[in-house]
Amino acid sequence: MGANTRRSMRMTKKKNFSLLSHRAGAAFLAPAAALVGVFVLLPFFWVIFVSFTNRTLLGKTALSPDFVGLQNYFQLFDPATFFTRGQFGFSLILTTQFVLLSALVGQALLGLLLAWLMQTIPPALKRIVETAVIAAWILPEVVIGFAWFAFLDYDNGTLNMILRGLGLPAGDFLLQQPFWVIVIFNTWRGAAFSMMLFNSAFASIPPSYFQAADVAGASSWQKFRDIGLPLIRGHVVTDLILITMWTFNVFTPFILTNGGPSYRTELLSIYNYRIAFREFDFGKGAAVGVIIMLINLIFALIYLSFGRKKAKAVEE
Amino acid sequence: MRLSFPQLLARIGFSALAAIIGILFALPLIWFIFAPFNARAELGIAIPDPWTLQNFLTVFGNGFAMRGLLNSLIQSVGGVILVAAAATLAAYALSRSSIPGKSIVTYVLLLFSSVVSGTAAMVPIFLIVSSVGLMDTHIAVILVFAGGLLPTAMFILRDFIDGIPKTYEESAMVAGASPVQAFFDVALPVIRPGIVVVVVWAFVNIWGSFLIPFILLRSDDLMPSSVAIYSFYSEAGTPIVTLLAAYSLIYSLPVVALYLFVSWKFGFRFFGGIKA
Repeated sequence: MGANTRRSMRMTKKKNFSLLSHRAGAAFLAPAAALVGVFVLLPFFWVIFVSFTNRTLLGKTALSPDFVGLQNYFQLFDPATFFTRGQFGFSLILTTQFVLLSALVGQALLGLLLAWLMQTIPPALKRIVETAVIAAWILPEVVIGFAWFAFLDYDNGTLNMILRGLGLPAGDFLLQQPFWVIVIFNTWRGAAFSMMLFNSAFASIPPSYFQAADVAGASSWQKFRDIGLPLIRGHVVTDLILITMWTFNVFTPFILTNGGPSYRTELLSIYNYRIAFREFDFGKGAAVGVIIMLINLIFALIYLSFGRKKAKAVEE
Repeated sequence: MRLSFPQLLARIGFSALAAIIGILFALPLIWFIFAPFNARAELGIAIPDPWTLQNFLTVFGNGFAMRGLLNSLIQSVGGVILVAAAATLAAYALSRSSIPGKSIVTYVLLLFSSVVSGTAAMVPIFLIVSSVGLMDTHIAVILVFAGGLLPTAMFILRDFIDGIPKTYEESAMVAGASPVQAFFDVALPVIRPGIVVVVVWAFVNIWGSFLIPFILLRSDDLMPSSVAIYSFYSEAGTPIVTLLAAYSLIYSLPVVALYLFVSWKFGFRFFGGIKA
């Protein structure tokens, strides 16, 4: 008993002993703190401040902007124009649909399907398929944008070549179905992340579970539904929150469509860019930024509280 | 183990499905295997006749394009050095000192770095950069990237350092080393694999990024490849396909090489969690 207490005391003492003094620790932290402070923390508060002004790039309001209260926000939420193409509400709804279809349905389901298929197919085929999926994810966005521009070209593009070869009608999809193009594009671009996350999740399940199911004669679908999916539930939630946040902020479709034709692919990030950096209405652009950041904040808080709960569960 | 007939059938079906999905993913990229080596490449897929390096020679002769690659290199290397150095120091301090509230700090930083991102962050960053007079400079691009990537880099490295026993540095200090010596001579060599991961991750992120240089730079001779690539469009907006194809391939090479390096050295799992 006595020895035990002494040992535990020694252990707590050891835990409290630190290699770096406070002063040395602060010096080590300083460069990172300065950079993050100026380029991450300060912008967060700055954008809130600017959103209450009528700041512009040129003219009188560039140097001495006026305080306009909530006017920028009233403009964004003006019911008369809210749902009009090229306005805030239209972009917000478009972005919601984009996230639902391309991230939650497209990337997550396709990633899950791919990860499950990877468990059973021959290793050589697995490598080839993985390479194709991951290539779509790691190549620089402008390269990907150009590849898709060529792929979708009406006269010579690979897609229309295949459609004509199959006797199907060709189409100028960037003009006719721009929204579905960016949905499929984003699914294609980002499925790799979900696939890899689910792949490592499935790999962490003890193989004996599946072997037992095999002995009982379970089908692949039964194994997926009754063993695979329930055991990776935590990973699914992590994946859904992360890809939602990334897709919500993604700017890459701009490279493919420029937000057009006639605002039909103008996601919130692209709308924000146009207001702030094409029309140079910084006040209104900042107000859009504040709303985007608030939505990000909600998702980030959900994610972090979920991660903490999981960490606690592991500790216990 | 012998497969029953339905199991065999299922396995063949799965392989076929996986192969089809793989082909669908590869389709938009197949064009890149041929077009760079075809002096008469168009937007359609065509086997080059003859295979030639002519397009690459034209790119190498284009000063603006080469300048773009150099600018990408300057910004990526500058950003990577800053991120790796600042993140290593900070992560070490968070792991090894007993500064109060350090776990809250990590938490809040991660929170903010995921909230302040994308176009929404560019409005205030543009105004901050222009108010300190750094508009249209390499240093602005480097600093903004460093600030944005640092929280995640610190998080990765802190995880890594927490996994290293303190006894390494303690024994060095028993032998008379100062804390700073213990860091540079004992801890740093052990942390190196973690730093490699952060370096690769930060490089790939900066090298491929379009939005930040697109907004913070104006002069043609500072533009990185991601923006300079648009010089291969004619005035009317139609692309000069042969050059674009060859340039895209050159510009993608470092990313592909680093990816192969990481997956060879660490396997897939590392790259899985750390992009974006």
